[in-house]
Amino acid sequence: MDVKTGFFYLFSLVLLFAALRVVTARNPVHAVLYLMLAFSQASALWLLLQAEFLAITLVLVYLGAVMVLFLFVVMMLDINLDTMREGFWKHFPLAATLGALVALEMAAVLMSGFRMSQPVQAALAVGQAPVQVSNSKALGILLYTEYLMPIQVAAAILLVAMIAAIALTLRERKDSKAINPSEQVRVRASDRMVVLKMDVTQPGQAPQPPDVAGDAVAKEAK
Amino acid sequence: MALTLGHYLALGAMLFALAVIGIFLNRKNLIVLLMAIELMLLAVNMNFVAFSHYLGDMHGQVFVFFILTVAAAESAIGLAILVLLFRNKNSINVDELNSLKG
Amino acid sequence: MSQTLNASTLLAVPMAPLVGAILAGVFGTQFGGNWIGRRLTHSLTILGVLLAFILSAMTLKSVVMDGARFNESLYTWMVVGGLKMEVGFLIDGLTAMMMCVVTFVSLMVHIYTIGYMEEDEGYNRFFAYISLFTFSMLMLVMSNNMLQLFFGWEAVGLVSYLLIGFWFNKPSAIFANMKAFLVNRVGDFGFILGIGLIAAYSGTLDYAEVFAKGAELTALSLPGTSWMLVTVICICLFIGAMGKSAQFPLHVWLPDSMEGPTPISALIHAATMVTAGIFMVARMSPLFELSETALNFVMVIGAITALFMGFLGIIQNDIKRVVAYSTLSQLGYMTVALGASAYSVAVFHLMTHAFFKALLFLAAGSVIMGLHHNQDIRWMGGVRKYMPITWITSLLGSLALIGTPLFSGFYSKDSIIEAVHESHLAGAGFAHFAVLAGVFVTAFYSFRMYFLVFHGKERYDQNPDAHHDAHHDGHGHDAHKPHESPWVVTVPLILLAIPSVVIGFMTISPMLFGDLFKDAIIVDAVKHPVMQELKSAFHGPVAMALHALSTAPFWLALAGVVTAWYMYLINPAVPAAIGRALRPLVLILENKYFMDWINENILARGARALGNGLWKVGDRTVIDGFFVDGSWKLVGKVSAWSRKLQTGYLYHYALVMILGIFVLMTYFVWLNK
Repeated sequence: MDVKTGFFYLFSLVLLFAALRVVTARNPVHAVLYLMLAFSQASALWLLLQAEFLAITLVLVYLGAVMVLFLFVVMMLDINLDTMREGFWKHFPLAATLGALVALEMAAVLMSGFRMSQPVQAALAVGQAPVQVSNSKALGILLYTEYLMPIQVAAAILLVAMIAAIALTLRERKDSKAINPSEQVRVRASDRMVVLKMDVTQPGQAPQPPDVAGDAVAKEAK
Repeated sequence: MALTLGHYLALGAMLFALAVIGIFLNRKNLIVLLMAIELMLLAVNMNFVAFSHYLGDMHGQVFVFFILTVAAAESAIGLAILVLLFRNKNSINVDELNSLKG
Repeated sequence: MSQTLNASTLLAVPMAPLVGAILAGVFGTQFGGNWIGRRLTHSLTILGVLLAFILSAMTLKSVVMDGARFNESLYTWMVVGGLKMEVGFLIDGLTAMMMCVVTFVSLMVHIYTIGYMEEDEGYNRFFAYISLFTFSMLMLVMSNNMLQLFFGWEAVGLVSYLLIGFWFNKPSAIFANMKAFLVNRVGDFGFILGIGLIAAYSGTLDYAEVFAKGAELTALSLPGTSWMLVTVICICLFIGAMGKSAQFPLHVWLPDSMEGPTPISALIHAATMVTAGIFMVARMSPLFELSETALNFVMVIGAITALFMGFLGIIQNDIKRVVAYSTLSQLGYMTVALGASAYSVAVFHLMTHAFFKALLFLAAGSVIMGLHHNQDIRWMGGVRKYMPITWITSLLGSLALIGTPLFSGFYSKDSIIEAVHESHLAGAGFAHFAVLAGVFVTAFYSFRMYFLVFHGKERYDQNPDAHHDAHHDGHGHDAHKPHESPWVVTVPLILLAIPSVVIGFMTISPMLFGDLFKDAIIVDAVKHPVMQELKSAFHGPVAMALHALSTAPFWLALAGVVTAWYMYLINPAVPAAIGRALRPLVLILENKYFMDWINENILARGARALGNGLWKVGDRTVIDGFFVDGSWKLVGKVSAWSRKLQTGYLYHYALVMILGIFVLMTYFVWLNK
């Protein structure tokens, strides 16, 4: 067994263990951490496959952003741990069956199809002379020429995702005095004003002379 | 023995299977569900990169690039929805999320 | 054609009564605000019919004396794919004769109605109806195409319905008019089929064109069967005649139609409407001659009607019903003559019968009026002392009916009997027996009625159902005694009695053996030489009368009269004794051969049950319940079931997705190699 194979087995075993722990962890924070471990192992595996750019991207994007996001959310939510674990292993038979089924299916595909023994020399872009370029450069060549438009689309997707995430969770400040212009425009006169008809003058009532204190006492005495 | 494509594909398959198991085990925790989805995407990416390496075709890696993008976007929005759900129902129990029942 | 008649004159004949009908009907009734009173109403309508009669007489004169003919279409209503629908007139000997008969009898009835309906509230309406009827009947007889014939046919049916149910507050009248209309409808169904076949196979509805195609029609047979087309057409047309002219088994409406006032029984159900069928068959003689099967059918039906309806007349106690069954029987005679290819004899009998039957009906009406609306002959008797004119005219009418030599009925009836005797058709033997036996029966019931009403003991004060009408007060202490009717009633009786006596004598020669009908009635002289044989045996009316003394009909009639005289005047206990002895037979006769029972309980009830069944089962259960309700209920059930698939649980959805992937993978990896 050479070094590469050894590393492969090491990394894949840790990866599988971490994946298992992700789904079976009691504490969700632990689950997130195990997921981080899984991703880091995967990144290492990709290095083995000479896909350096992607390996680093995995670390930067996933471990650096997505997992942190998960962690934020997990910690933000006030979850009752006990009630959460009830009836956990009840569904294990079904889950295990399905998992096994999927795995077997893929194995069947494997058996009938792909037999490649030797790793090929560094992956090349199609239709180019076998020049030795680094993985990033090779990837860059493709992205900037053939996949230019898909990149723009991907950027748009990310923009939309950002807007969506903000729009979904944004809470209005309760003390904000901001006005919605479309609501302003839709106001009708009858919402703000009521017209009453009133007489110009009151029907004849001569103004009363002011009460003198003596009169009041005199009235009380009666 | 030398590493073959088969090794990597087997790894990918097992990872995927584990993620599927995770979906069905976690009835009570929506977050772990989302994490299982991330694992599935990882398994797929693994396959792509392995193929790209063993067939000498860069296009596989480009596709991983895009999958990464989409996965990130999707997890962001998924978590946003989760937060909203928690705000309204005060629970992330999947069993209780059946108001779209027919 | 030596001379054509004036179209305007001819048009005025049906239009004059129509105008009278419209004026009377619109302005004389509540519909138009009761503008014109009774005198003006009856004057207008009588004027209309009088004008029609005068013009008809002039037309007859032109046709007979000058040989004038007319066959033109006056107005094209529409043309549908080559089929022309027009209004036109065909005036020849047959039409002219019918026009005169119709307008004369109608005129008599109009005058009679002034007296008969004097106390009735619907006086103006009645005049409108009878004028309308005159118009319809004239359109029928003057028509030159089948469509106008059918129009007239339906119109007379309609007016008959209106008139039978004239006293619409009486349930029995409403029942009778519906019965008449519906039974007529059955006949009309056959009639329409016949007209349809004619239109389909000859492409035209005009008489002249259809008759011209007669030869080519004989070669055709009804598709899908082996029947000759002409036979089917003629039988279908005759079914229409069976409905209209009340032949067995579509005769059931005529006795019930006596619910209407007596004037219409005279006009419609004796003289004119019921003869429309006879007229139609005579008009269609070129077609009928082509099919012996049809002629046989006609003859047998006529014979059955002639004999068996006569039997029913024997036991009737209502004076009008006796005359009604007599009409049925005589219509049977006319039909038998048609079947024997003696069309002109049938039409001749139609004419003489119109006169004496109308006379008998109007006389019956006069008796009813005189006896204060009592119609039961058991409570009459000795009326001749009080109503002499009615008595004499009734006697003359009855003598004409039974075929007394020299009277009109004798010439027509005996000609029929001779014609049937000469016929070689398959049904002629039975028909001959029937018409001979019918002579005895006719004489018997006619004189039974005559004796019971006008002779014998006076029984009108023994009537248990006597009416106490308001008009009694004007008669003082003679309130219950019969009295003669006013002149408006008796003059028509006299005017009808005259032709009943003389017209046979006068017209037998030109009508039967002359040229009057030579282009109207076409007879195949080779196959059906009946008219030839009659002609060769005819030596003039006087000779015929003398010859009758040695033939069977005269003695049969005499026997009938004598039997009636014995049984009802000399020994009144005999009828009751016979009735007891032959109880089952009497029962059958009283129930009118159970025809009404069959119609009401089997046919009508069956049809209603079918309708009910189709409604409850077909409509409600199958269509509404199964298809309409069932479809939405099914959708509801399916959606209710499939709704349960949406559990709302994420992991159920994930499970379905995984399973779906599994299926797809299985398919593509293993099964789709």
